[in-house]
Amino acid sequence: MRNSKIFWLLSLVLVLSAFLAACGGGDDTDTSTETTDGTEGTEPAGDLDSEQVLNLMESAEIPTMDISLAEDAVAFNIFNNVNEGLFRLNQENIAEPALAEGEPEVSEDGLTYTFKLRDSNWSDGTPVTANDFVYSWQRSIDPATGSPYGAYMMAGSIVNATEIAAGDMEPTELGVTAVDDNTLEVQLERPVPYFMSLMSFPTFYPQNEAFVTEKGDAYASNSENLIFNGPFTLTDWDGTGLTWKMQKNPEYWDAETVQLETINVDVVKEPATAVNLYNSGEKDRAGLSGEFAMQYANDENLVTELEPTVFYFKLNQERNGEENALKNVNIRQAIAKGFNKQDLVDVVLANGSLPANFLVPTEFAFDESNADFREVNGDLIEFNAEEAAELFATGMEELGVEEVTLEILGGDTETAKNMDAYLKEQLETNLEGLTINLKAVPFGVRLELDEAQDYDIQTAGWGPDYQDPMTFIDLFVTGSAQNKMSYSNPEYDALVESAKGELATDPAARWEAMAQAEKILLEDDAAIAPIYQRGAMALQQPYVNGIIKHPFGGDFSYKWAYISGKE
Amino acid sequence: MAKYIGKRLIYMVITLALIATFTFFLMKVLPGSPVASADKLSPEQRAVVEARYGLNDPLPVQYFNYMFGLVQGDLGISINQFKGAEVTDVILSRMGPSAQIGFQGMVLGTVLGILLGMIAALRQNTWVDYTSTFVAIVGISIPSFVFASLLQYWFGLKWDLFPVALWKDGFMSSVLPSVALAMFPLATAARFIRTEMIEVLGSDYITLAKAKGASGSEIAFKHAFRNALIPLVTVLGPMAVSILTGSLVVEQIFAIPGIGEQFVKSIIVSDFSIIMGTTIFFSVFLILIILLVDILYGVIDPRIRLSGGKS
Repeated sequence: MRNSKIFWLLSLVLVLSAFLAACGGGDDTDTSTETTDGTEGTEPAGDLDSEQVLNLMESAEIPTMDISLAEDAVAFNIFNNVNEGLFRLNQENIAEPALAEGEPEVSEDGLTYTFKLRDSNWSDGTPVTANDFVYSWQRSIDPATGSPYGAYMMAGSIVNATEIAAGDMEPTELGVTAVDDNTLEVQLERPVPYFMSLMSFPTFYPQNEAFVTEKGDAYASNSENLIFNGPFTLTDWDGTGLTWKMQKNPEYWDAETVQLETINVDVVKEPATAVNLYNSGEKDRAGLSGEFAMQYANDENLVTELEPTVFYFKLNQERNGEENALKNVNIRQAIAKGFNKQDLVDVVLANGSLPANFLVPTEFAFDESNADFREVNGDLIEFNAEEAAELFATGMEELGVEEVTLEILGGDTETAKNMDAYLKEQLETNLEGLTINLKAVPFGVRLELDEAQDYDIQTAGWGPDYQDPMTFIDLFVTGSAQNKMSYSNPEYDALVESAKGELATDPAARWEAMAQAEKILLEDDAAIAPIYQRGAMALQQPYVNGIIKHPFGGDFSYKWAYISGKE
Repeated sequence: MAKYIGKRLIYMVITLALIATFTFFLMKVLPGSPVASADKLSPEQRAVVEARYGLNDPLPVQYFNYMFGLVQGDLGISINQFKGAEVTDVILSRMGPSAQIGFQGMVLGTVLGILLGMIAALRQNTWVDYTSTFVAIVGISIPSFVFASLLQYWFGLKWDLFPVALWKDGFMSSVLPSVALAMFPLATAARFIRTEMIEVLGSDYITLAKAKGASGSEIAFKHAFRNALIPLVTVLGPMAVSILTGSLVVEQIFAIPGIGEQFVKSIIVSDFSIIMGTTIFFSVFLILIILLVDILYGVIDPRIRLSGGKS
């Protein structure tokens, strides 16, 4: 029996070493080619393959394909490819007319939009009419529907939306009317300068009343019970499964632009499996997370995409009703300047993220001459260890304390924990007298602690809901849902108010006001401390061309994608 | 026997009611809202969405509504994973693949384990024995998801013998996940059978059988094996549990549309009705396995039979 014990031990060592060897066996190539993201021109560059099939993966199931009920990235991405609204984001991510025939007629006060609809059909051959929009919007704002995005997107913009959502008015009183089959009129409560891009968001897509009513409860429960008006149709989706297809929609008004015949999608939740399927040639594109991003950092088929999501510290000035050290502006500025963001994105995150010295992300919002909003303010609050140390010393003097202890509340994912550990180390090193305690909790718990204002510093992130700086700029006005940190500056509030109100019809002045508000928020007040703008990495086969990544709404468009050079 | 099973079934219903109650309240303590975009919506907007699923009712009302539905076989409607879909439909559509790989894994593991254990016992302290022990120790000590990853990498990607993942090629798709799940039952069965066989082979009645001139295979199968099976039946229950918990990750690794990975996700996204539905489903399954094991005892070993040998 003694022998067998030694044998067991030996076997264990053997197995473990075999396992470790298998894990370490990366296939990194040494070629470090610079790859740009897939924004090639409109016209397919090379020869098209005879088989136009794209094989993709998603990381989650489709929770619902009901346009009024959807609230997740997977569904929004599919909507963007199987349905269409008045406008669509083009290859340069500018909203351009889709179902709308040309630009709408806008009244002088900016409150009435009249859209002419182009002739287009649902996938069953019946025409898309103005009433389909009216029905869809009314359905989404009706409290009986329980739409998560209906009121969120419409309240405060479209006439009576707030009152209808609260149950004080009938859905039919919503400010949208079908003048005739091809004319849609929308009444706004206030001018909305980004209204066209809003019209590309799925919540504003049309729904076919006859179809929805006929299907009743079965509507959108699987691909048989759906109707489409976009570049593709959804097929082979059983409602709960891990697989579906998108097929070219012959009824689509711009079908001649669409090259792909079929897109096969499978849900693969395990990142390692996704990479294996990509390497086996079964899938054409695989998102890379965490360790895989590092492992494939030099792969020639690596694609890096910048996302319009910004992460920042929320600096809570009043925890549980009591003022804390963060009430002092010097302390806040010291923290905002007190950590090296470049090292964070290069070493800790290593996924193509950018250091953020701003709140409104880069490559997200553009003015009429297509200039990035970022060009107005440039970098605002940058890392500077010396200045930070001085500010911190001044702050402590003003407070009359020798040391400050603060808590950083953050997420419990591996990435979040690594980042918070790094930030703690940076802040404690650069700001003498500061002690940081880390608290990592799941997302739901973080929301509850935020709601209760029970934290000192919180790492939070925000992605846009429409393509305009305002989706970020107004986050922290006095009393807003995101401002659970007792920040209040009348000057900042007034700038946001004017950009939403009287400046709405004067794009240049409005742009300037929002830039000013951002400056006050970040530099003067250091109400929040920006950390980074998220990047994403994926492996994509070189024969895949023309997948367009969007900054909001659906993540991707496959309308212009094509396969060339696979055969 | 029928009376015994009837009594057990009544206990089973009570157990289930307790499990359902306990899970229900435990689940309600979970932080987080089932509304996916909760961070963006105002409290009023969130209330509108939650009202749709009766989440704003007082807790006791929600509890009685749920239990009332449960008695009628209504498991409710999914809140956010498959909005509006009947939980019963979700479970039914996801059950097949789980059952297939679970059953194949269990059968493969147990049969191979028994064979391995018997050979090891009959060839005690030879290289055959050592190899079998090696396999057993590997199977016990390395979790199924590690096996799953290794199988996928080597048999799927490198050697291209089976599909890397996905549930598209019928039986071929089920091979690697079944093998990954089989490792624990295989190891457990091999260890138990080996130990028991060695003990039984050393006992007096085997010596007597030998003296009477019974052949080697007759002794091994007719006398030793049957007695060695009893302790194995005892661990069938825990083995079924290991298949269940193993399937949670194995299904995810091989991207199989099974019920295990559904269970895990429902907890993360607070889809209350799916959490309840899958918990109850798993509980029923486990309780039935335990009942089956108790009945099997009697079949294998007459001494344990409950109501006299005649029934």
